[in-house]
Amino acid sequence: MLEFLQQMINGLSIGSIYALIALGYTMVYGIIKLINFAHGDMYMIGAYVGMISVTTFKLPFVLALPATMIVTGVLGVVIERIAYRPLRKSTRVAALITAIGVSFFLQNAVSRIMGAKIYTFPPVLENRTFMFYGLRFNTQQIAIFVTAILLMILLQVIVKKTKVGRAMRSVAVDQDAAKLMGVNVDRTISLTFAIGSSLAAAAGILVGIYYNTINPLMGFAPGLKAFVAAVFGGIGIIPGAMIGGFAIGLIETMVSGYGSTLYKDAVVYIILILVLIIKPSGLLGKNRKEKV
Amino acid sequence: MKNTFLNKKNLTWLILGVSFFFLIQLLIQVGIITPYYRVTMYWICLFAILGVSLNVIIGVTGQFSLGHAGFMSIGAYSAAVVLRSMPNLTGLFLGMAIGALISLFVSMVVAIPTLRLKGDYLAIATLGVGEIIRIVILNMKITNGASGISNIPYLISWPLMFFFVFISIMFSANFKNSAIGRACISIKEDEIASEAMGINTTKYKVMAFMFGALIASLAGGLYATTYYVIKPETFGINNSINILVIVVFGGMGSLTGSAVAAIVLGIINNVFQPLAEWRMIIYALALIVIMIFRPQGLLGTSEASLKAIFSLDTYKNALKGLIDLVTLRKFRVAVASIGKGKQR
Repeated sequence: MLEFLQQMINGLSIGSIYALIALGYTMVYGIIKLINFAHGDMYMIGAYVGMISVTTFKLPFVLALPATMIVTGVLGVVIERIAYRPLRKSTRVAALITAIGVSFFLQNAVSRIMGAKIYTFPPVLENRTFMFYGLRFNTQQIAIFVTAILLMILLQVIVKKTKVGRAMRSVAVDQDAAKLMGVNVDRTISLTFAIGSSLAAAAGILVGIYYNTINPLMGFAPGLKAFVAAVFGGIGIIPGAMIGGFAIGLIETMVSGYGSTLYKDAVVYIILILVLIIKPSGLLGKNRKEKV
Repeated sequence: MKNTFLNKKNLTWLILGVSFFFLIQLLIQVGIITPYYRVTMYWICLFAILGVSLNVIIGVTGQFSLGHAGFMSIGAYSAAVVLRSMPNLTGLFLGMAIGALISLFVSMVVAIPTLRLKGDYLAIATLGVGEIIRIVILNMKITNGASGISNIPYLISWPLMFFFVFISIMFSANFKNSAIGRACISIKEDEIASEAMGINTTKYKVMAFMFGALIASLAGGLYATTYYVIKPETFGINNSINILVIVVFGGMGSLTGSAVAAIVLGIINNVFQPLAEWRMIIYALALIVIMIFRPQGLLGTSEASLKAIFSLDTYKNALKGLIDLVTLRKFRVAVASIGKGKQR
């Protein structure tokens, strides 16, 4: 039982990172129906920007986090303008291929600029372990979990309570109607990309702290898993992405804890395929009839 | 066109193919195509096969698959494992046959549930399948895990390679031009409408997917014997993207386009050998630029035909596309709109 609870703790802290990435996927998908393949790489960029802001600019964690989120958010907007906006009216497959192109461009550009080597992330948060009723807690894990939860609450507030949040929700439901009601659709989409990318960047820093190392290809697997998480919870639905993220984190930790570490990635993909077959709309999604 | 086997069109292609074969054979014999260029040539052949087979799935049937390298790896590993105990041509063919069977089986198991998905969901699901195949190979004993299989006997020769290129393109073309192919094209155009017309969409999608996987596994077997060494990471997502670039560049739906794209990219890779580490960046940019400026690729959905080769219009259109690309027309529009933030 103790072992199980311990795995739960580990699973929740990695799950909160998946949830942060999944939020960006789900928001972008909700608003322009694009699987932003490059989203996992925004998370990688976030880790690099975070590392630079901590090592070169000597920022403390509380400042490095918002700074990274802003820089990566701006990058997300630029990518949307250059690569995705010209394709707004073309087929979804064309947009998807472009997203794959962007993803590979980011990966390879970073490995050209920074070198393909693995960087060590500086220890910005103190790493102390303490015991609580026989369970091992780690201050870093707690910091990650708390930061993630705070960001999610912030996102909920933005989406539910503010004017831009209402614009985002209305564009997601019906772009043309939103336009007629005076919503600036282009700016709303840009904002969605900015928020999604900055959440991914936050996840990138947290992972950098948690695992200590970052490399240019680190975004691929977590990006895919976060996508699985978004689909699991119901893509396009914000609470779904959070639930999905935690669920995938837990499942992955349980598989590597009780089964084999080697197969933990395979299990996640199998879950994806199962979800898509059994309930493609995800846990919180509603089934929609297709029309001609 | 009359539905006879030896009509004018087939005959011309046959004669062209055979004369091309002897031309290359002659060039090898004379020594103009050195072993160095032969490496490039085999790369082109392999990726022409892979591109054409993926095009049957993506371009003809409109189903987006990102797991093609996975099926390629099944073929490569089967061939390599059999070649370990039978290091001769019989072993190669046996291994390729076994790989083809496994590949057919796996693709069927995968296809029946996943092909119910649409577009981008399917892309991710097939990507997951490719990754699952890779992870399984990575963890199996017979495949020697992460270090892969090395010292695979080198059995490839131009006649063998040509034979496989020829039959895979021929079968793919026949697939596209048959009743099955027409059903697949209608699925690409409008799935719901073709279902309403009485087409069993799942059946045809599965058929196209299995066909593509079968050809990919054959190419995998050839890959193993051409390159001596195979590792699980050789067949990762990077390789699937390479194949995708060929399909997109040649034109989704144009089988000859894929073959042409493989030739062009093979030559480009060879010329830009010193820039090898920039290659993936250039590929990635090429994907984006092609999608924005010329989403139909080199040939669109039309096939290269002899008529077109001798027609002026082809070159006019190609020139127009090239000018669009070079002047970056759409890109300037996109960039111009950044400053103004104007709504379109």
